[in-house]
Amino acid sequence: MNANMTLAIAAGILIACGVYLILERSLTRILLGVIIVSNGVNILFLVASGHPGTPPIHGLFSEETAADPLPQAMVLTAIVITMAVTAFVLAMAYRSFQLNGHDEVADDVEDARIRQLAQADEQSESYEATRFSDTGEDVVSE
Amino acid sequence: MLLALIAAHAVMAALTPVFTRFLRARTFYVLALAPAVSAAYLIARAPVILEGGRVLEEFNWIPALGIGITLSMGLVQWVLGLIVTIIGVLILLYCRWYFAEKMPNLSGAILLAFAGAMLGLVTADDLIVLFVFWELTTVFSYLLIGHDSTRRANRGAATTALVVTTTGGLTMLLGIVAVGYSAGTYSLSEIVVSPPTGLLATVGALMMLVGALSKSALIPFHFWLPGAMAAPTPISAYLHAAAMVKAGIYLVAVLAPAFASVPYWRPAVLILGALTMITGGWRALRQTDLKLLLAYGTVSQLGFMVLLVGMGTKAGALAGLGMVIAHALFKSTLFMIVGIVDHAAGTRDLTQLSGVGYRAPWLAVFGGLAALSMAGFPPLLGFVTKEAAFESIVYLITGDQYQITPLAGALLAVAMVFGSAITVAYSLRWWWGAFASKDGAPVLEWKAPAIGKEAIPALLGLASLVGGFLGGPLTEVLGPYAETVPWGKPSHGFGLWHGFTAPLMMSLIAMASGIALFWFREPIARVQSTFPETTSAEDLYHRSMGGLDRLAVETTARTQRGSLPVYLGTILVTFVALTLYALMDIRFWPQVRWFDSIAQIAVAIVISAAAIAAAKSRGRVRGILLTSATGYGLAATFLMWGAPDLALTQVLVETVTLIVFVLVIRKLPRYFTNRPLTSSRWWRVLLAAAVGTTATLIALVTAGARMHEPVSEAWYQAAYEIGFGKNIVNVALVDTRAWDTFGEISVLVIAATGVASLIFLQTRMAEVKRTDEALAAKNRKREADSSPAVWLRAGQTMSPLARSLMFEVVTRVLFWVLLIVSLYLLLAGHNNPGGGFAGGLVAGLALMIRYLAAGRYELDEAAPFDAGRLLGAGLVLSIGTAVVPVFVGGKVFQSYDYYLNLPGPDTWSLFGHQLPLFGELHLVSSTIFDVGVYLVVIGTILDFARSLGSGIDVHTLQDKAPTPVVNSAKALPGGDRR
Repeated sequence: MNANMTLAIAAGILIACGVYLILERSLTRILLGVIIVSNGVNILFLVASGHPGTPPIHGLFSEETAADPLPQAMVLTAIVITMAVTAFVLAMAYRSFQLNGHDEVADDVEDARIRQLAQADEQSESYEATRFSDTGEDVVSE
Repeated sequence: MLLALIAAHAVMAALTPVFTRFLRARTFYVLALAPAVSAAYLIARAPVILEGGRVLEEFNWIPALGIGITLSMGLVQWVLGLIVTIIGVLILLYCRWYFAEKMPNLSGAILLAFAGAMLGLVTADDLIVLFVFWELTTVFSYLLIGHDSTRRANRGAATTALVVTTTGGLTMLLGIVAVGYSAGTYSLSEIVVSPPTGLLATVGALMMLVGALSKSALIPFHFWLPGAMAAPTPISAYLHAAAMVKAGIYLVAVLAPAFASVPYWRPAVLILGALTMITGGWRALRQTDLKLLLAYGTVSQLGFMVLLVGMGTKAGALAGLGMVIAHALFKSTLFMIVGIVDHAAGTRDLTQLSGVGYRAPWLAVFGGLAALSMAGFPPLLGFVTKEAAFESIVYLITGDQYQITPLAGALLAVAMVFGSAITVAYSLRWWWGAFASKDGAPVLEWKAPAIGKEAIPALLGLASLVGGFLGGPLTEVLGPYAETVPWGKPSHGFGLWHGFTAPLMMSLIAMASGIALFWFREPIARVQSTFPETTSAEDLYHRSMGGLDRLAVETTARTQRGSLPVYLGTILVTFVALTLYALMDIRFWPQVRWFDSIAQIAVAIVISAAAIAAAKSRGRVRGILLTSATGYGLAATFLMWGAPDLALTQVLVETVTLIVFVLVIRKLPRYFTNRPLTSSRWWRVLLAAAVGTTATLIALVTAGARMHEPVSEAWYQAAYEIGFGKNIVNVALVDTRAWDTFGEISVLVIAATGVASLIFLQTRMAEVKRTDEALAAKNRKREADSSPAVWLRAGQTMSPLARSLMFEVVTRVLFWVLLIVSLYLLLAGHNNPGGGFAGGLVAGLALMIRYLAAGRYELDEAAPFDAGRLLGAGLVLSIGTAVVPVFVGGKVFQSYDYYLNLPGPDTWSLFGHQLPLFGELHLVSSTIFDVGVYLVVIGTILDFARSLGSGIDVHTLQDKAPTPVVNSAKALPGGDRR
């Protein structure tokens, strides 16, 4: 089987543009990146499915000329889910503007605190040094 | 039966919260039933066991791995089982009074579950199953020690016990695998009969020994046990004296007849056992907390018992098993008495207790019996078993066992006599501390305990006394186990009088020096306090735990940067590197064709250009429109490929997405954040290009290298014959790959709920308000629907400036048309392009248009209910089509068809032509699934319109929406955050 060069290149361009946007910090831009990457990946499905053909509808067209239905079913699922993801991320971007006036994805604050602990050579906050001395003074029991 | 009994423990434990609601502390009567019935069963099996038989039960658990739950009960198992169940019953009954005031729901249940696990542990034949029970007891012990997690001491003690015993347990698991692998079986009874040999088996046996020693708190693992006293006293009595710590002894006792002669076994057992016995006792002498004194005493006794059963001689084995019984009796008595004294006097510090003996003379008598049994005074059971123990040591001196030299035996004898002397001393100290009158102690305030609470330790104390006279029968019962040990002379058995023998001399020396140690306790305490504090195993444990935490902090700080671009960059670089490495293996360039049609090239150029422009765009609107262009272009590509379903859905989805975007960006600033042109940007360009190129290469190589027929080849016929539909893509969605679609609509429901929750925050339900209510709030009356200016009812709620008459007119005409089209798509979809998704999207768009034309009240006029109802109904329908076939003998998601002939004429004539009326209708059950999909999709879009449309409208009115700043990438946050 041979592969369709035009669509493969178009998919590559879409994925590259999408990845570039995903590496941004603005949530809206990241979302655009996700949509463009999804479109690129959907094209990849077409490339993988071989040759174009007639719609895969029984009786309407011949079995020999029909396009492969399996990738179509998968892409259909992907399209609808992308729509749902889009709406969700947009709602998040809106909420971010509502709270902070921007939609930049900031660095994680917790991770920065762990880095401070590491630099100070300290144990984590959940660590407890308990010991049981011979005299049992640490042992509290019922 | 055994298995059922173990399961009964678990079931009763699970039901405990139900019992406690009605019975409170009396629940323990019910809980005690499980071990009581088990004990009765074990006693009923006595004839079989005493004749040397075994009770076997098999249940195939994981056939693929050859792991069966095989329970096999021989003599040792039976004895341990009796201890576990009988002491279990008594402890549970004791709990009924101990916890009379405050019923601990969880601890009671876990205690019972623990009893079941323990019974499983001592009867399991398969080593893997044994390990599972072993770890279960560890986990239960952890939960019971940490019963009050608000206290630092409990948390620390629980964690220490867990870490130490699971470290041992995991070592044991490795040993189990090594032994099982070299023996070719995991059956404990078979391994003991024909033990495997060789290096692997030896290492495995020693690793199992490590597990046993950690559980039985031998040096260097001993430090967890005193900490475990943080658990309530009855629980300590059961887990940390009578049952769990005996698991290690049990394992050593079972393995010793097979493995005692492997290298390092005997040195390890004898040296660690003797050291533990002396260290534990020595520390017990310094305790002022009665319970802690017993805990260190337990450590000491465990060392003694491991030494006896592990040394691998007939006499040692007999004495060891006897000690296990004696210890279970006296130690649980002592713990329970400490519990009574503690509750009645309010303290268990022996410096604060005085005159308890006068207030509770009988308690002092029975406590004294148990203490004397622990000290090894005649005529109690402790004396009888200690005599046998000394005898086995004497045999060693006479060269009974060539692996242990006479000199080593003599040293051991000295150590044992010294250890026993300390035992006598701390036993006396315990009794003196609990019951004697002391100068300088505060006046005793005694709350008399319940009779039942006292009766149980009294019973056990008496058992220690009676047991002393039953040496003969005990020898007969336990004798067959000693015979399985292939080394050494048989013991003279248990008995009060064997003549003036060496063991008797040793006992007398131990008793005399023990009394002396107690008598001169004050000078000895002064000597003790001059001993330097040594670095112990406990320090090592704490240091390694601290180090582990530090390591985790350092590792996390290095790997978890917290920056999204860094994470994504790492993933993408890995993707490119690994893929390129794999592609290096390609020997031939893939076969390619350049294009299928000129139009395909044209569309490809358009979407590529749109994508590049979208990536470069700084304006929000422009970026969104360009992104949309790639989507519409994609739809054209689908159409040319022979995928009308995809093209249709893509166009509809793209339209919905665009509307959703417009609804949100009206509140967002015009430009994206202006990022400076730093070098990082060029890195991003480079990485993006690399990922894109890699994707293209993957597409070419994988598609070009394909040689097999597609799996969907068979679908062409199957879709029609099994799925009863002609549109194969639709049949794939609602039948062949229905699970996939089901997952997808679940995602839609989750996303819709997520969107609604992000806008409404407190609830996912929007407030539904119709035109009348809106107008009533403004004291206006609604114009009649037939008035000339009313095209959409809610139009009159809008500002005249915002209205578009044209739009309202078009909407009024279009809405029903769209709904009919959507129904057509839904129903025709099974045989022609369309289906639930396309239909749902069209219906959703119809609702969107109503909102866009006349605002949020119009949306509520169109859909006067919450979107959640549609989502729920859709999910229920889909689940129904999945589940119902199972009840009529089919499989999940199986499709059925039915030909419906409606009554009446098939045709009707019009101007002389025969036209079909209804004819025959072909109904397919999977259409119901598609209806579910349809409803979920409408619900999702309705939710989008309600949240991102109406919801943001309301935010604007309430000044909660962000306000874009002109010519900036920022906005002012919502009113309450400004």
